[in-house]
Amino acid sequence: MVGPEDVRRIARLAKLALEPSEAAELSKQLAGILAYVELLKEAEQEEDVPAPLAPLPSAAPPLRPDEPGEVLPRRDVLSQAPGADDETFRVPSVLEESP
Amino acid sequence: MRPALRPVPELARDLDAGELSAVELLDDCLANVAQRNDELNAMIHVDDSGAREAAEASDRRRARKEPLGPLDGIPVIIKDNIAVRALPLTCASCILGGYIPPRDATATARLRAAGAVILGKANLDEFAMGSSNEHSAFGPVRNPHDPERVPGGSSGGSCVAVAAGFAPLALGSDTGGSIRLPASWCGVVGFKPTYGRVSRSGLVAFGSSLDQIGPVARTVEGVALAFAALRGHDPADATSLPDGPDEPPEREKVRGMRIGVMRGAGDTALADDVAAATDTALRALEEVGAVLVDVELPHARYAVAAYYVIASAEASSNLARFDGVRYGYRGRGATLEELYVSTRTRGFGPEVRRRILLGTFALCAGYADEYYGRATRLRERIRGDYTRAFETVDAIVSPVAATSAFRLGERMDDPLSMYLTDALTIPASLAGLPAVSVPIPTSRLPIGLHVQGPFDCDARVLRVAAAVERELGLAAPPGGNGAAT
Repeated sequence: MVGPEDVRRIARLAKLALEPSEAAELSKQLAGILAYVELLKEAEQEEDVPAPLAPLPSAAPPLRPDEPGEVLPRRDVLSQAPGADDETFRVPSVLEESP
Repeated sequence: MRPALRPVPELARDLDAGELSAVELLDDCLANVAQRNDELNAMIHVDDSGAREAAEASDRRRARKEPLGPLDGIPVIIKDNIAVRALPLTCASCILGGYIPPRDATATARLRAAGAVILGKANLDEFAMGSSNEHSAFGPVRNPHDPERVPGGSSGGSCVAVAAGFAPLALGSDTGGSIRLPASWCGVVGFKPTYGRVSRSGLVAFGSSLDQIGPVARTVEGVALAFAALRGHDPADATSLPDGPDEPPEREKVRGMRIGVMRGAGDTALADDVAAATDTALRALEEVGAVLVDVELPHARYAVAAYYVIASAEASSNLARFDGVRYGYRGRGATLEELYVSTRTRGFGPEVRRRILLGTFALCAGYADEYYGRATRLRERIRGDYTRAFETVDAIVSPVAATSAFRLGERMDDPLSMYLTDALTIPASLAGLPAVSVPIPTSRLPIGLHVQGPFDCDARVLRVAAAVERELGLAAPPGGNGAAT
């Protein structure tokens, strides 16, 4: 169901690189986990199950007022970046990516 | 008994009475860290100087009769996925290498405001993903009762720290059992409050609809004191609940309470020592006048399957932010795409990558309804199971896990068997309910009783746990291992 090629495709979506041997091992592990997750299908096929109830009572979280609040000083935030100048994060040129 | 091994409320009284100073208490904790941390690996960062300053400040406040907080002078260790200003925050991952958060998490700030002395950061499974605390970039944490065994995860460092007397109090986080399982296996009390009761602001997100910060201590009263300081609405967390009353209008009594007994979940049989210890705890509940009733949550056997889809899906989305641009480790790459891939491939450990892949798959076009949709529908059914159960019982008890702590390495090659470790704690996480692990005396390895309550009945689960604790006596500290002298 999940072959090494599927794993490579998912990895590309998740921005992860895989060694060839890793893709095979991971596809085995994911297939095992997903086979277990098939249990969920069984749960939905049970007919004697009452329809889902309303969620447990909980107070709806209130929205905060839409007002500007305190933010972290820019210098503090940029100080944690692996690449930054005084005003911005620095990354390799984005345009170079286009074929 | 050495102060670091005594319960928080006793320490608070002795500090108030002047029989103990905050600096003396801190020194005792640090002596235990020095003696056993190399072996147990529970700490990622120890802030000697910051803690000493805070302890001295607490002693000064007492000497000058200034207003004191409820935890004034009590050392606390924070799981290293919760921000403490100016201390490194690693999530036990290479990808956060060098990151120092510019602010405190709300939970950290509230403990500081209560006078607590922050001693350092505890080891964990990378990004809190794990049930054994073996998935850490800093190496596995070991169980103080038997160092060949795991402490349970992912808040293994926090629970080991309390069990070994590194601090009388710690913070953990719980997504599917990550406070309750290691508390059970380390013989301490670990509490997961109702979802939304403690702010998640400053907790690095794993599964946002499940994550909850909670306290770990030697006794139920200790976690209750910490919870009182931690709880409360926080506008910085959009899922934070509005403030409710601190206590039910009439103090509930365990005598006469109807308590549901959940024997298991799924097909995993209980180990003999767990079954026997649980029976001891059930008898204790009957002794204090509770009425026991068998309950079944018909959908609990599907909880692990639903959980690993939902939590991994949320993780794959939450962890997208770690791309080498704004904080932490940066890989190499001539283009932005290469930079992302290199950062994430080198920065994340194997279990985190496995979950990101699982979650990405579960959210993929063509699969999202089959996996994520089905899992969220099952989650509603589990909530429904609880709603029906709580029409007839006031609380539900079960073991925390089917076995006591296993040996290091035993489940590392089989992710599914590791995931199934959480079968009994996951249902309450999916329903957002309060739950606590309280130690039951055993002849060998520690085991906890799991007490779950209805939404927002945090005080009730703590009261039931306290009744068990009183009736059975405190669990012993790890015997003869240096800390207990």
